[in-house]
Amino acid sequence: MLGDVNLLGPELVLMVVGGFLLVAEVFVHDRRVLVATAAAAVLGAIAYSAVLLVDGKAGRDAFDGVLVLDRFALFFQFLLGGIALAVIGASWETLARFPSRQGEYLALLLLSTAGLMLLAGTRDLIGIFVALELTALSQYVLVGLHKDRLSSEAGLKYLLLGAIASAVLLYGMAILLGLSGSTNLNAIAAYVAGSDSGVFEALVLSVVFFVVGFGFKAAVTPFQMWVPDVYQGGPTPIAAYLSVGSKAAAFAILIRVFVEAFGDDILSSHWSTIFAVLAALSMFLGNVLALRQSDIKRMLAYSSIAHAGTILIGLAAVTADGSASLGPGGILFYLAGYSVTNLTAFLVVIAFYNRIGSYQIDDYRGIGRRAPLLGALLAFSLLSLIGLPLTAGFFGKLYLFDAAIKSDLAWLAVVGVVNSVISAAYYLRPIKAMFVDESPDPGALPDRWAPDLPLGLTLAATTAGILVIGVSPSLLIDVADEAVSAIFV
Amino acid sequence: MGDGFPILSVLVFLPLAGAVLIALLPGERVSWTAPLFRRVPGDAQTRAKWAALAVAVTTFVIALVLFVLLDRNDSGFQFTDEFLWVKAEDVGFDISYALGVDGLSMPLVLLTGLLTAVAVLVSWRVDLRPKEYFAWLLVLESAVLGVFMATDLIFFFLFWELELVPMFFLISVWGSGRASYSALKFVLFTFTGSAFMIVGFLVMGVAAGTFDMRLIQESALTAAVLPVPVIFAFVFLAFAVKLPVVPLHTWLPDAHTDAPTAVSVLLAGVLLKMGGYGILRLLFTLMPDTAGDADVALAIVGTVSIVYGAIITMRQTDLKRLVAYSSVSHMGFVLLGVSALGVVGMTGAAMQLVTHGLITGLLFVVVGMVYDRTHTREIGAMRGLMHHLPLLGAAMVFAGLAGMGLPALAGFVAEITVFLGAFGRHEPQTLVALVGVLLAAGYLLWALQRSFFGPRDDRWAHLEDIRYWWEVTAVGSLVALIVLLGVYPSVVMDVLEMGVEPIAEGIAAVHPDVRDSAGISLALGGGGP
Repeated sequence: MLGDVNLLGPELVLMVVGGFLLVAEVFVHDRRVLVATAAAAVLGAIAYSAVLLVDGKAGRDAFDGVLVLDRFALFFQFLLGGIALAVIGASWETLARFPSRQGEYLALLLLSTAGLMLLAGTRDLIGIFVALELTALSQYVLVGLHKDRLSSEAGLKYLLLGAIASAVLLYGMAILLGLSGSTNLNAIAAYVAGSDSGVFEALVLSVVFFVVGFGFKAAVTPFQMWVPDVYQGGPTPIAAYLSVGSKAAAFAILIRVFVEAFGDDILSSHWSTIFAVLAALSMFLGNVLALRQSDIKRMLAYSSIAHAGTILIGLAAVTADGSASLGPGGILFYLAGYSVTNLTAFLVVIAFYNRIGSYQIDDYRGIGRRAPLLGALLAFSLLSLIGLPLTAGFFGKLYLFDAAIKSDLAWLAVVGVVNSVISAAYYLRPIKAMFVDESPDPGALPDRWAPDLPLGLTLAATTAGILVIGVSPSLLIDVADEAVSAIFV
Repeated sequence: MGDGFPILSVLVFLPLAGAVLIALLPGERVSWTAPLFRRVPGDAQTRAKWAALAVAVTTFVIALVLFVLLDRNDSGFQFTDEFLWVKAEDVGFDISYALGVDGLSMPLVLLTGLLTAVAVLVSWRVDLRPKEYFAWLLVLESAVLGVFMATDLIFFFLFWELELVPMFFLISVWGSGRASYSALKFVLFTFTGSAFMIVGFLVMGVAAGTFDMRLIQESALTAAVLPVPVIFAFVFLAFAVKLPVVPLHTWLPDAHTDAPTAVSVLLAGVLLKMGGYGILRLLFTLMPDTAGDADVALAIVGTVSIVYGAIITMRQTDLKRLVAYSSVSHMGFVLLGVSALGVVGMTGAAMQLVTHGLITGLLFVVVGMVYDRTHTREIGAMRGLMHHLPLLGAAMVFAGLAGMGLPALAGFVAEITVFLGAFGRHEPQTLVALVGVLLAAGYLLWALQRSFFGPRDDRWAHLEDIRYWWEVTAVGSLVALIVLLGVYPSVVMDVLEMGVEPIAEGIAAVHPDVRDSAGISLALGGGGP
């Protein structure tokens, strides 16, 4: 039993420190102490994961399979830990806007991260639901933390829609539990493999409910309604967190449930089609609506819907014979590349907001002349989101389109590349505003542009990530491949 | 790694390194490098342009040396430099960093080196954000050189896409008129084409198990998830946008009209050539069977481009737009030439790539110089320039005559070879295309007559003729080369012929009828005196 607790170490570190921060907030008001504590907790969790990996614990189960610590889960522990660290780094000046709730903010961030890590590391329906609610409840509060009109509306919208999504997911789980008599994914898989055709409709219904529940988290069309408002209304670092962290964990559990429980040949050909259609829908809807946005946070919100669609290609491509793990491997690779890319974009957006107090793309005019380095980093991250070569985004798309073609889904690859073109039309707009246009009122632009130290360091790290993955992707390809091979046994 | 010194890597990355150096020169925003340059005279603009010129000339000299050293008896890739870049055996795509030049690409590499140096020279007076400007010019050169030298599909695609970034900035920041609109249009058109191209590449790579363009065989593609003609069409779309082919040409006049002079020179001179090069290097080499089946369609599309391009050129009143549209017509000859499927037609097409680069480059240089002086591009508004600007006028007349294919000038050789090659196989199309030559004579002479000739106009009395060294060098080098290739074409044509021979053989192997109708390889060495 103690060994079991050991495997839960990374999440426990986050939860304990998170709880501690909630209490400590009453006594400690020094922002440096609070932020350092939260960052140390995340670093501790990452280190714990590293120790577990080096210690050869990968592949172990705990608590009767509620917790599983395979390489797949470990991949997401590192990814989510890195994301949480980046979000803490991005929050330094944002925290100053709600001085009395700094501890709460950081604590909820840690709890939510623990929930996301658990989500990637569970093989049990109850575990899934608990992890999902742990992270979701933290996030509802985080989104509404500004307590102004937009932020509260966003928080409430997120809460209501999230509750519906959770309810639908529970319904799907209930069907599965009723049919198979177990909450364990392996047991469910065994039931699905041996089931007769009489329950097929019920299984498909359950599949659909799972798609709805997880699709909401991953911001997939048509469950994306909350995304633009929540990104716009919530604190920007939290928007960044939702765009990469929630998305990563949602795809982690999508892969695990659909590959491990619903991996049956006939059933998977059904959900593969569902995912292919949703992928195409998400890409088109996200990209077309992003074209019309004048607020960069809303633009990035729609862009994140489009990218969720791109990532879904990997799940649609899962059923190919022979190279079945290629699509999920592509998803893991893409998630890592998308995380560093989108974080970079958000970090610069935050850095700009801290100086000019605006998220309007029009207000970026002429910034490139004043802050060439920050501008170049935003431009670089946007080019990576388009998928230009020598960026992380290029190989991510290449990997997923390659998987689609190998699964005989060439049409989906075509939809993907057409959407890359559409997306270029709006990703180029901030670049044009920064570097081509002149500021209508150059005197109004501030003289000092340098970001605060935590944000600056984080930005350097995420930019390096885009570049390293874009120039030398081999290592990440291997790691992602190894991680998904853990669930294709 | 290939054997020997990685000279092609040096060639590709030298301009890029130069761009980084220029960006780091002390200037408005970069102060920390200032101590290093204390002893270097001049202001930011002077340093940037001299550095750019030094890099561009060095690149050109390296290319020239390679051109001389190129083994004329080895039709494979030479000076190869390669290593495995992305190793992902388990997931099934290995991508190589692979560079090489052969008879087809070497002249285009040389052309790129030359025209970039010319582009730097004609930008001598650029004073808007000069550091950025010259840096982007050199980045563009690196990308184009990479396209001509890459021998791995994905590596090729990388350079193909990278070229968009400098072009977007060069047109939108330093352009005129609706510059941002034109820049975005250019980027989106090209990007649409390349999006389909990458799908085609992936399908080919998956089916063949490699992205190495020397190893992909059409026979391996029959197992691909898409039919070979669809792959062909996807990849062709990218090249058709780039070349451009009617009706995908609408980005070209906008981009050209609004781009600064140097960018127009490079756009017409080398960027369009990437399309023609790609057709020969990828479509015809990798899918000879499908290419052979598509010959009539290609000939028709080429002819339509020639004639439609020429007709629409006649209607232009803006001198720069006129030159831009004439490119559409001239690039149609490339398509007509390759559609002949034989050595002669393809050599003519490849030659057209080189000569059009020189001639249209010169036309844009001269038009840019006229605009700098008169501040108008309206053909009707610049009557009588010849009286005051005899040298510039002479250069314009020379370029115009070369553009309409006057014998003893470079354009003639290319076009006549295209006709020789195409006539046997596509008689009606070739006859129609001849109309395009007549129309070209018409619009160029008409434009010259309305702009440069006519009664003396004292409005132009204060204007300076060509007199600065950079103007003389830019115009003089292009004029000299156009004459050289006109009277002694084999210096380039032999190399090009060596490059297209294996392509023609590949087609003849699957289409035995080709050799008969297109004639056995013409003794092109006899094209000169």
